[in-house]
Amino acid sequence: MKLRSKSVFLGFALTLAISGPACSQGFVEIHAGGVEDMPLDYAPEYNPVNEVAAPVEEVIRLAQVSGANDFNRNLKKDKMRNPPPPEDGIHDTENEGTFVLMPPLEAYEGLPPSDFGNYVDWVKAIDEKKIAPRWDRIDSSEEPFVMDMDIHRPVKASVPDVVFPHRQHTEWLSCSNCHPAIFIPQKGANQINMSAILLGQKCGVCHGKVSFPITTKSCKKCHSKPKPADWQPPLSEATLKNPWR
Amino acid sequence: MSRVTKHSKWRYVLLGAMTWLAAFALPQTVHAEYADVVINNYADAAGIRPVVFPHWFHRIRFRCKVCHADLGFQFKAGGNKITMAKIIDGKFCGACHNGEIAWSVENCAMCHSGIPGTPTHFHGSTVQRLIAPAYKPVEK
Repeated sequence: MKLRSKSVFLGFALTLAISGPACSQGFVEIHAGGVEDMPLDYAPEYNPVNEVAAPVEEVIRLAQVSGANDFNRNLKKDKMRNPPPPEDGIHDTENEGTFVLMPPLEAYEGLPPSDFGNYVDWVKAIDEKKIAPRWDRIDSSEEPFVMDMDIHRPVKASVPDVVFPHRQHTEWLSCSNCHPAIFIPQKGANQINMSAILLGQKCGVCHGKVSFPITTKSCKKCHSKPKPADWQPPLSEATLKNPWR
Repeated sequence: MSRVTKHSKWRYVLLGAMTWLAAFALPQTVHAEYADVVINNYADAAGIRPVVFPHWFHRIRFRCKVCHADLGFQFKAGGNKITMAKIIDGKFCGACHNGEIAWSVENCAMCHSGIPGTPTHFHGSTVQRLIAPAYKPVEK
């Protein structure tokens, strides 16, 4: 065992010594040194504890084959949620005022949480009267003109249909913010698609910038009305011409 | 063998140095609050830090309508061409930051707190987060 493992190690080292410089010049050589000499029953006897050095070298060489294939991990979780201004990466720490600014978490205490954006559900916060933002610049007693009217928008694709609630929007905004510049107040007059929204048009004027963002977790906030049970996605022309066999 | 070990050792050293650089020397990853706006239309050129506007702080105190309807702020980062002259005339930020509703303009460093050279942008916006350009729908 001892002698064999020694020769295996030597084989590894020899191949590495030869191919090492070649690899650094961009050659790809996958020779596992000494493997050819191994008897078939080698694997059960293999004890990696005694041969730490050789496998490590091997791993490094394999990584040289293509760095692109190393990518096999989940996205990192954002551990820095709502950091204070000096740590957020856009405020200048050389600036003394930066340290006077309020840290967001101080303000968010007790507000209903959400999974995206500021990680605060702002609409719920108003509904639960956790915050009382003014409707008028000076007069804190002025109340918004809230209009409770849902607009149902059927969607061509298989995602649930959209229900646009005026109530939540008129809590924050006045009619003139959206009508008529962004949305023509007329049924069927507004062509909306997700590409436009993602690029900051239509709903994307606010959603994806200030109001809740467009992420996988927030789809159902707008796409909230399930399709009828018998609904089938319309077949594309290509499939109609060339049906499944 | 020693040649290879040396070679890989240097790789480690290089890797370590790069990691260190990425972690400390290069600009740190930005974790700023969603909807923070950096406004740098004129600030850099005037030799002052760009402005960071925190939407979160303001929306706790005012509804969107107050600034975006009554005060005439456009829904566009950098689209309002705000200058200090307009602010001291009581327009834009100056409508409140006048010492009556909120603190007054002598507190330069409170707004002008961004890292110099940061371009005008919306932090955390969808457009910023797109890895590929948005899908162009088929025209019919």
